[in-house]
Amino acid sequence: MISLNVNDQNFEIDADPDMPLLWAIRDLIGLTGTKFGCGVAQCGACVVHLNGEAVRSCVTKVSRAAGQNVLTIEGLSKNNDHPLQIAWNEENVPQCGYCHSGQIMSAAVLLREKPNPSDADIDMAMAGNICRCGTYPRIRKAIHMAAELSKKGGITK
Amino acid sequence: MTNKIKNYAKGHRGITRMTYVMGTILSLVTIMAFALHEDEKPFVASKKIVVVKDSVASVAAFHKVYKVLMSPRCMNCHPSGDIPLQGDDSHLHTMNPQRGVEGKGLYAMKCANCHQPTNTPGKNTPPGNPNWHLPPANMKMVFQGRSPYQLAKQLVNPKQNGNKDLKKLIEHADDGLVLAGWNPGEGRTLPPMSHAEFKKAWITWLTTGAYAPKAK
Ligand code: FES
Ligand code: FES
Repeated sequence: MISLNVNDQNFEIDADPDMPLLWAIRDLIGLTGTKFGCGVAQCGACVVHLNGEAVRSCVTKVSRAAGQNVLTIEGLSKNNDHPLQIAWNEENVPQCGYCHSGQIMSAAVLLREKPNPSDADIDMAMAGNICRCGTYPRIRKAIHMAAELSKKGGITK
Repeated sequence: MTNKIKNYAKGHRGITRMTYVMGTILSLVTIMAFALHEDEKPFVASKKIVVVKDSVASVAAFHKVYKVLMSPRCMNCHPSGDIPLQGDDSHLHTMNPQRGVEGKGLYAMKCANCHQPTNTPGKNTPPGNPNWHLPPANMKMVFQGRSPYQLAKQLVNPKQNGNKDLKKLIEHADDGLVLAGWNPGEGRTLPPMSHAEFKKAWITWLTTGAYAPKAK
């Protein structure tokens, strides 16, 4: 049995320690907001936070997360009201939507470490999150908007 | 678990076998330790490092060292810019991850977000090491583009080599991340000689005076 804390909830899962964390999150725990894109750390669709860092859960073994804190898109805010989620909605960022839980989880680390990011900061933080629909200009806009919003409201995660 | 319990219940037969196995392992370890000791006696086994100056031997050894350090497995993480290199052709790392202050990346693009403690199986997957990083921003320890003369000078200058004295430099040959160069994950070429050969050349270079080849 492997103990995982996901979105402030404890889970005991029966998994091979080498199982990708993504599998555990989606198939065993049932949180399907996190997506599978490439499986080899190339696209960013599977980004979750492991102790606050934007790890790629497709190559992170579940054993690395044992006893640690995992945060998925479902746990980013209580009411889908994280400044990034509000901004994503306001700017109508998604097209097909597939890449965006990863995009938002990556952007959340950026805003935590750089509350007022420049375009260059956004490029450096987000270059590993691929969007096949090409929503990059809207992603940039929404991150700037979220930075503004969080100046008023504050970011927790 | 149940299996284990059953074995113990078998009593003395299991214990005898265990003693036998442990005895064998112990004697193997002793033989291995002896072999290592003999092999490395001139360098590591002696407490005091003896430097016997010999510029010809030193420069010859450095040429070997240089070949390894400029191979993609070493140079890719000692880039001249702030983006690591990738692949046997040492192209800029896709996704442009940045060095960051500590050499561990920035924001959502930290090395350890993809590079796990061990190699990820399969081709074109991230190689792994528990301590994956670039040199820090305040001491970049660049290899890329350095001539043999420049690199030799840089490697023995504590202000450019991470504050390493001779002892620390010698120990560095067995650093976990240095060793990772010889365990690069699927689809990547190895440095041009074995780690043992490299280590020998490295220590020879240092203990014969760390001479730099002539600047061209
Ligand atoms: S699915 Fe993990 S990075 Fe693409
Ligand atoms: S919105 Fe379709 S992949 Fe990003």
